[in-house]
Amino acid sequence: MSTTIKDTQKMIAEVLDAYPEKTKKERARHLTANDPTGQCGSCKVKANTKSRPGVMTVRGCAYAGAKGVVWGPVKDQITISHGPVGCGQYSWWSRRNYYNGQTGVDTFGTMHITTDFQERDIVYGGDKGLDAALHELKELFPLAKGIGILSECPVGLIGDDIEAVSKRVAKEFGIPIVPVRCEGFRGVSQSLGHHIANDTIRDYVLGKGKLEKTTPYDVALIGDYNIGGDAWASRKILEEMGLRVIAQWTGDASVNELGIATKAKLNLIHCYRSMNYICRHMEEEYGIPWDEFNFFGPTKIYASIRKIASHFDDRIRENAEKVIEKYKPVMDAVVERFRPRLEGKKVMLYVGGLRPRHTIGAYEDLGMEVIASGYEFGHNDDYHRTYPVMKEGAVIMDDATLYELEEFTRRMKPDMVGSGIKEKYSYHKMGVPFRQMHSWDYSGPYHGFDGFPVFARDMDMTVNNPAWNLIRRKK
Amino acid sequence: MKTIRIKDHNELFQEQAYLEQFENKRAFEAPWPKEKVREIAEWTKTAEYQEKNFARKNIKINPAKACQPLGAIFCSSGFDGTMPFVQGAQGCVAYFRSHLNRHFKEPLAAISTSMTEDAAVFGGLNNMLEGLENAYTLYHPKMLAVCTTCMAEVIGDDLHAYIRTAKEKELIPRDLPVPFAHTPSFVGSYVNGYDNMMKGILSAITTGRKGEPNGKINIIMGFDTYTGDYHEIKRLLRMWGVDFTLLSDASAIFDSPNTGQYKLYPGGTPLEDAMDSINASSTIALQQYSTLKTMDYIRKEWSQKALVLPPIGVKNTDFFFEQLSKLTGKPIPQEIEDERGRAVDAMVDSHPYVHGKRFALVGDPDLLLGLVSLLMEMGGIPVHIVCTMGDKKFEDEMQGLLAESPFGSEAKVYAGKDMWHLRSLMFTDPVDILIGNSYAKFLWRDTGTPLIRMGFPLFDRHHLHRYPVIGYQGVLNLVTMIVNSVLDEMDRKTIDTMSFDVIR
Repeated sequence: MSTTIKDTQKMIAEVLDAYPEKTKKERARHLTANDPTGQCGSCKVKANTKSRPGVMTVRGCAYAGAKGVVWGPVKDQITISHGPVGCGQYSWWSRRNYYNGQTGVDTFGTMHITTDFQERDIVYGGDKGLDAALHELKELFPLAKGIGILSECPVGLIGDDIEAVSKRVAKEFGIPIVPVRCEGFRGVSQSLGHHIANDTIRDYVLGKGKLEKTTPYDVALIGDYNIGGDAWASRKILEEMGLRVIAQWTGDASVNELGIATKAKLNLIHCYRSMNYICRHMEEEYGIPWDEFNFFGPTKIYASIRKIASHFDDRIRENAEKVIEKYKPVMDAVVERFRPRLEGKKVMLYVGGLRPRHTIGAYEDLGMEVIASGYEFGHNDDYHRTYPVMKEGAVIMDDATLYELEEFTRRMKPDMVGSGIKEKYSYHKMGVPFRQMHSWDYSGPYHGFDGFPVFARDMDMTVNNPAWNLIRRKK
Repeated sequence: MKTIRIKDHNELFQEQAYLEQFENKRAFEAPWPKEKVREIAEWTKTAEYQEKNFARKNIKINPAKACQPLGAIFCSSGFDGTMPFVQGAQGCVAYFRSHLNRHFKEPLAAISTSMTEDAAVFGGLNNMLEGLENAYTLYHPKMLAVCTTCMAEVIGDDLHAYIRTAKEKELIPRDLPVPFAHTPSFVGSYVNGYDNMMKGILSAITTGRKGEPNGKINIIMGFDTYTGDYHEIKRLLRMWGVDFTLLSDASAIFDSPNTGQYKLYPGGTPLEDAMDSINASSTIALQQYSTLKTMDYIRKEWSQKALVLPPIGVKNTDFFFEQLSKLTGKPIPQEIEDERGRAVDAMVDSHPYVHGKRFALVGDPDLLLGLVSLLMEMGGIPVHIVCTMGDKKFEDEMQGLLAESPFGSEAKVYAGKDMWHLRSLMFTDPVDILIGNSYAKFLWRDTGTPLIRMGFPLFDRHHLHRYPVIGYQGVLNLVTMIVNSVLDEMDRKTIDTMSFDVIR
């Protein structure tokens, strides 16, 4: 074992000392020093297990994964937050899944629609009210292409049969009505919500869309939620390569696109964590191959373009080189401008989905080093994809707590931290430059050739803003 | 070096390449014909649509409402060294924290017991025990204030027994205050959650503390998300020389100075003071609907004089100071009289731009009552008043207020209705100005009615919550916001005409 690994492990042990014995033992399994070679047997974290009560996990719930991430962005269906009023309120248009359409008429993305459970619903059940709610919505929004019923905790606890209601009303309306059993107490994090949402796409809409003709170049763009327009920036590259993107999941997605992805020749998945399930299903059932790619930062974009092109004929492969040639001068100019301002800066990441590993290359393009990274709701396969791209001795964290993040920051002194809204302002108080790496801090896009300049600009403005120097730090 | 103009989403997606992409993408969307969309869009603006919209009883669309535990957490975080502790599923706490972070642009620590399927079957005792032990050991609170999510409420967790067990097992010290409140999300809203938690905390920590009167006045702000109000009330009372205890001082945690250090507990009501609140001469609440049970408790159990005196608007503020003067026996100081004079002077100066203007309002019950009162004081005409969290009591009280002024005669009060109802109203009976939280911006977009951002949450404008809305200073701030919003809109509308005046 190398000394860098040993040093990091020692630091982790010190941080863990504050925990009560049982929790310390448990948390120790989720924190490690990275070994990119995979030789160090103890350098693996345990993932996707229950958070300990009372430690202040950052994690959310299955509803957040199913409503907030996967189903919420589907623009022309109505998404009902079924249960008490809070869940839908707190997740109301907070993920910025951009879409085109006229809200409240043919699209519904920025609306908060809830059955607002009252005590009588808990006592007598909510099915009758749900049935009536579906009818009221159909009256007010005749252009809705579907309705999703996203269950909140009480629905599962009181034994409502939302599947029966859905089935009956779907038949009456002639549009898909999708019961999603994503009660917040299910599973250990958002992750199960993604899986449940994938399963309901499979069961209720997949294969049921209309597509006039197909071409050999048809692909589906999967696992891009169009945060700040990410998916559009990615789509632009694929289209310039000569591919035809027949479905975009689920950022700016229509119900029809969820239905026609089965006609793609290749599924391209960006956020592996949240949508690998449906890709595997389409591979097994429809024989559609899938491939992962990474559109953060020029190095990874070039490699991904070539990897994607390798699935197709010479025409696409030639186009791929032309696209790279076209954008390389712009990317070089971005690096030339920002790299001198960011070279050598250390970054700590604690995010979700694909970001803890996918953004590393973009930081490296700017000369920055990611010294710690972690997932809120990763699984083992996420970590196996992460170890090789992190430096030896970097900290790997799974389901980190507020206490741990603060301690690692104090000890490792990163020049900037990328995490979420709950972490943001404690870092501002510490005087540590911080970017929200879930929502791009209301900026974006960060994907693709159009996204990287925005990413570089944002990291620079945050790391080098003069206001940080005004903080009178107490010694 | 090649200079590059960096375009983010604000400009990028207006570029031709993207506009073409969007148009081409429609081939896969099976969209409705554009003509059909236009037709339905127009239909949603009609009286016929409004009738259907108001006929719905089983679904809320864009409600201005959130659930109880949010209010409970807000309340407990205003006490020094106190960690809000939520028995239930963890996603809820992630949401409460995010929601408050986004409004205040401040950190907030809060604990969840991360209940999952097994807790649904066996109850949440083990989660509570381990949660209390971990939270205490790791975060060293002086008090853990427990509330619940709907999960814990549906399965019927016995908080009292669980906390007792934790103390018996010595997982937390026996003398650690651990007040609790049941805060089911399917009853009431955060207004009630604040009330329940306040009552829970006060009843727990004052037990056995009845002693010598301390001569102080307790102040309870209610679910007031203007940190400026907390600073303002402290400034006024100190200036006046009134000895007081501010019960739950949210400004400490939601408006803490940047010192280069993150403090988990940056201050708040000292627990010693809170424990002694039972010995105060009286308690004043600045909101009514978020303090109903608490004030009732104080009256009955502490036998204190408990007055509800919401000081938003001139008349309300006058009444507040008159009552306070009576309570303390001290005359109202000249400084406060001067502040009143300045506020009224501002109203007189600005009245031509507010008089006769028609307003739609959506928000929390107490804020709405204050704002409507203020608007009518300077000739504004409230027209649509929507309060999703309002009940019959609120409706009656608002009707009473409206009846006091000729400017109130046009108004209709919509308790329990939401912003989609308001959208219909604003199409069929348009107004000049809309007042509401950040989510009301969708109404601005749809109806073209200018929005003045007031209330909670305010996500898309910075620092508004730092400016007080209570007292005469609050009047001045509100009048400034209202009149300048009217003038901004006037400029927008007259930009290409001769009426684009430079002096107004």
